[in-house]
Amino acid sequence: MNNTGSVTILQKYQRKRLNQRSQTLLVLAFGSIFLLAITVIGTLVGDIAITTNFTQKNFLPQIAHPFGTDWLGRDMLARTLKGMSISIYIGLFASVISAVIAAILGAAAATLGKKVDAVITWFIDLVMGIPHLLLLILISYAIGRGTFGVVVAVAISHWPVLTRIIRGEILQLKEANYIKIAGKLGQSKMKIVVKHMIPHVFPQFLVGLVLLFPHAILHEAALTFLGFGLPPEQPGIGIILSESMKYLSLGMWWLALFPGMVLMTTVLLFDLVGGSLRKMIDPHSAQE
Amino acid sequence: MDIGPYSGILKYIGKSIIKIISLLIAVSILSFILVSASPVDPVRAYIGEVGMANMSAENLARLEAYFGINTPPIERYWNWFTDFIQGDMGSSLLYRQPVSSVIQVKFMNSMVLMMTAWLFSGLLGFILGIVAGLYRGRWIDKAIKGYSLLIASMPTFWLALVLVMIFSVWLQILPIGLSVPIGVNAAEVSIFDSIKHLILPALTLSVIGIANITLHTREKMIDIMGEDYILFAKARGKSRFSIIRNHALRNIMLPAITLQFASISEIFGGSVLVEQVFSYPGLGKAAVSAGLGGDAPLLLGIAVISAALVFGGNLIANLLYGIIDPRIRRGSAYE
Repeated sequence: MNNTGSVTILQKYQRKRLNQRSQTLLVLAFGSIFLLAITVIGTLVGDIAITTNFTQKNFLPQIAHPFGTDWLGRDMLARTLKGMSISIYIGLFASVISAVIAAILGAAAATLGKKVDAVITWFIDLVMGIPHLLLLILISYAIGRGTFGVVVAVAISHWPVLTRIIRGEILQLKEANYIKIAGKLGQSKMKIVVKHMIPHVFPQFLVGLVLLFPHAILHEAALTFLGFGLPPEQPGIGIILSESMKYLSLGMWWLALFPGMVLMTTVLLFDLVGGSLRKMIDPHSAQE
Repeated sequence: MDIGPYSGILKYIGKSIIKIISLLIAVSILSFILVSASPVDPVRAYIGEVGMANMSAENLARLEAYFGINTPPIERYWNWFTDFIQGDMGSSLLYRQPVSSVIQVKFMNSMVLMMTAWLFSGLLGFILGIVAGLYRGRWIDKAIKGYSLLIASMPTFWLALVLVMIFSVWLQILPIGLSVPIGVNAAEVSIFDSIKHLILPALTLSVIGIANITLHTREKMIDIMGEDYILFAKARGKSRFSIIRNHALRNIMLPAITLQFASISEIFGGSVLVEQVFSYPGLGKAAVSAGLGGDAPLLLGIAVISAALVFGGNLIANLLYGIIDPRIRRGSAYE
């Protein structure tokens, strides 16, 4: 019996798809596992990343060396993963520090009165006024180049955006009816903060923290690329890419192409994970 | 005090300029502290390791006095500041020239690069955003959105390297770097040569800059296309083009222009990286050389100039808000 003609749009067969929340969860899980894998493998790679092998110089990408080898016969895949894991550690550390600074300043600006607010907002304007990369250069110049310099520079310069977000959130919360009612009902300030405010602000803070990652990683790589960051003997992504620049005109394209792609993928995944986390926490934003 | 319909704006400009000046002074203080805290010894940076070993003690002391090693930082800052007001930013250790003349040359080069990228990315991003928003959910929207998200995660310097690989090494149609060809006198460089060397850096910066403005314009376009007055215009049988021109354009132009002016800081950051890859003689490259070579006066000068650029961009963005949107001009947004 053929009755396709009488099927309405509502009844029409649709391929079964995961609903949006499940999709988001899937992306979140996949992204996190992938990033964890890069970090763990990169950490475990160990000495392969710096072992030179002059019998295997300048190899094109092949099965034994998927990313090829460089002019010292070092395996580029191992170097890339090692470099990426270093970048992720620095990014992790830097975002946590920046996020903590942002939380403290944001909360202070929103709760300690107009004067404190004006001072902190002014400081945000000040720090955001210097182009970020230039600020990083200045800080690493002040501390001295090297790993310590780049970690500190990236860690103490990423707070302004998140501070603004947290300040805005808390200011909005203070005006929210349920907070005011809780106050009128005689709940103590401490209780209101712990019971009503933190559960609302903390998820935002967490999302903000994860979304700081991509910036921190890109800035670390950029600073290292310019010669301010990690020392040349470290297989940092920035180092790999700046070294590859000398060999580009010789046609060794694989030295730059693959490490950069891994860096981009990592950044993209952190963005995706952060975005998915936001969708999970704040369902309003899930429907585009 | 009401001087006329524009008194609000004038007051706003006055306030903003005072705020910008205070911020600029703060930027210079902050940069000065950072530069002074550096372990880099200006004398050592100036004459080099070999020079240090061969220099007599009294000459060394003279140089130290010249660089103000033993003057207290506050006094040193005050000296720098009073000179700066008079247009003297000190002299660059690397270029052996006054910082102001170094910056002047580099600034022009950078401006050409940044303005090209800024205009190009703004226009293209705006158009792409409109197209994506108009055809929301179709393949063209998905393509544009995917492209923008990808670009947003792309390291600027890597894109520059990839473009070098494609256009300079593989296709060999554009030069690798150096805005002045080797063996040619700087004065003899033709306009054509300069443009040829500008293409790749500007292309890199534009491609990176497009992402933000496209995504933003797309969102706004989707919002506006859902408005009742658009539905009514459609019901009256107006063509898609005239709807965009008469109803949508002004509404999305406002946030787009603001965003573009506010993005100067990012474009500057991008130009630092791009100039480094292409050896383009602009402010960014100078800043990197100054940082690596221990040239504190130059670094300080560039920091202040770039901050002025960023604050200026923000001010223009806020002012344009009023010019394009009459509601804000009359309203209280400037309060």
